[in-house]
Amino acid sequence: MKSGKFWAWVTFILGAAYFFIPLIATLEFSMRMKRGEYSFEAYRVVLGDARFQESFTFSVVAAIFTIILGVLLVVPTAYWIRLRLPQLRPVVEFVTLLPLVIPAIVIVFGYIRMYGSSSPLPFLASGFGTNALLVIGYATLALPYMYRAVDTGLRTIDVRTLTEAAQILGAGWTTIIGRVILPNVLIAVLSGAFLTFAIVIGEFTVASLLNRPAFGPYLQNMGANRAYEPAALAIIAFAITWGCMSLIQVLSRFAPKSASRPN
Amino acid sequence: MAEPFLSIQHVRKSYGANTVVQDFSLDVEPGEFVSFLGPSGCGKTTVLRMVAGFEEPSAGKIVVGGKDITRLKPNQRNVGMVFQAYALFPNLTVAQNIAFGLKVAGMPKPDTDRRVAEMLDMIKLPQMADRYPYQLSGGQQQRIALARAIAPKPKLLLLDEPLSALDAKVRVSLREEIRSIQKKLGITTIFVTHDQEEALSISDRIAVMYGGKAEQVGTPFEIYNRPATKFVANFVGTLNVLEGKVTDASTGKVQVNAQEVSLKGKLNGSKSGDTLSLALRPEAISLARQPGHDTSLSGEIAEVHFLGSVIRVRVGIGGNTVSLDTFNNSTTPPPVVGDKADISFSSGDMLVLH
Repeated sequence: MKSGKFWAWVTFILGAAYFFIPLIATLEFSMRMKRGEYSFEAYRVVLGDARFQESFTFSVVAAIFTIILGVLLVVPTAYWIRLRLPQLRPVVEFVTLLPLVIPAIVIVFGYIRMYGSSSPLPFLASGFGTNALLVIGYATLALPYMYRAVDTGLRTIDVRTLTEAAQILGAGWTTIIGRVILPNVLIAVLSGAFLTFAIVIGEFTVASLLNRPAFGPYLQNMGANRAYEPAALAIIAFAITWGCMSLIQVLSRFAPKSASRPN
Repeated sequence: MAEPFLSIQHVRKSYGANTVVQDFSLDVEPGEFVSFLGPSGCGKTTVLRMVAGFEEPSAGKIVVGGKDITRLKPNQRNVGMVFQAYALFPNLTVAQNIAFGLKVAGMPKPDTDRRVAEMLDMIKLPQMADRYPYQLSGGQQQRIALARAIAPKPKLLLLDEPLSALDAKVRVSLREEIRSIQKKLGITTIFVTHDQEEALSISDRIAVMYGGKAEQVGTPFEIYNRPATKFVANFVGTLNVLEGKVTDASTGKVQVNAQEVSLKGKLNGSKSGDTLSLALRPEAISLARQPGHDTSLSGEIAEVHFLGSVIRVRVGIGGNTVSLDTFNNSTTPPPVVGDKADISFSSGDMLVLH
């Protein structure tokens, strides 16, 4: 037993070291911009850079639209699959896993071929259309995370009975989804939303190949041309991702408790 | 009989080749409390769900207040329903749960608040308005579910085994509360249960269901005392079944284990030589000959179970065993296994099962 505990700690420390040493090294390097002293100079430069602000704002807006699109697409789909088509669940789960298997570059080349300016759906003919295609691409990349988060949330409630209870009280589908289902899976939806946000903020391939001024290509550009700023950006990106994860944890405490419990 | 408020006419429900409800018909009067009683899989919940609109009948018609609602969606039927699993919305408070149907119907807020307060008073939980469902006991949750179902003043109230998830004590008090609220509001109610005691204690009429059909529809008194079929007799209450043979159909003589019983006028066309199943409720039998009992059979005490206020005795009569209950009397010792015993009953209490 004692030996088991010892090896558990060894494994934990090795794992933590594997994760934290590069991070600490990056942090340490990012603070050495001024010779001979530690400072946040690199962070000041990065945060004061107009291109940082523009690209970050662009990616945040893209993330928000991606989340809205993802929620509109995934919540009704996952709900309907649970309610009426449970036999289709394995098929839908497989489809939602495809973005993990198919590289983003394949997806984006497919988009360019399908939605080029000479196609019947010329998304790429205008800036607005390209932005819309970018959001659609992001929603596809985030699909595995969003679908699983929502589906897990739906599993914790009695979808069928709650739907029937709302129906018999006179509610239509919009009311049922908006006032009964969505609020009860809100925490799960938010988890999916934050994962989507984290993916979109650092995404490079789709944004770069669609030539959008997003945060991912900006990160890559800085990394290719500067020394200390990319390290500072990496730490900022980590902080954003961790912030999102922490928010998921905090929000999960506010999840509605199940109504069903023994008398 | 008054014009039926709910009329279920020749309803059938099939899933592929599997027919779960076959040719079910029932008329329910306004304000009546009717229970669907039967074992699991008998189709009682399916009929209720067809009335609610969650299932579409494969054939037949459902009429409420003179209007055919067979093809209407559940949210267009103005029917209230209480579910076995409570089905309160976990994200809403008690007051918001009760107000849900009123809000959907577009009732102004002051009226909604007034109605919610009225409902909370009715179920005697006015202090629970701001609680969430998870903060309530099962009994409280089901009372809230009842208030939520009644709040929009539905034409019909459907109760789908609402007491099954509760413990015995709460079940009894809540069923009495449901019945008292139903009587007070005069709302036509269908109650689904597999618990015969529940059905017998609160219903105006009971439809005993088996194999997707109504075996018998009648008052609790009729169902218990005059079961129409063998299934009803066996399913409702405890029953002693004795095998007998008609010895003289004209005089109603039936032989039970070499002893003769007279069942004049009850043989329903049976001929001499036919075998019959005869049934007797335990409470119709006495251990000794009682005044008014015209029939007696001799046997031997096979088992004695002391249950406190009553003693359950099983008497072997030839190949049959008959159960009967006697009141415990501290001055009289209980019967002894192996003793000879005569049982007596009135032949009028004997049921001939078909």
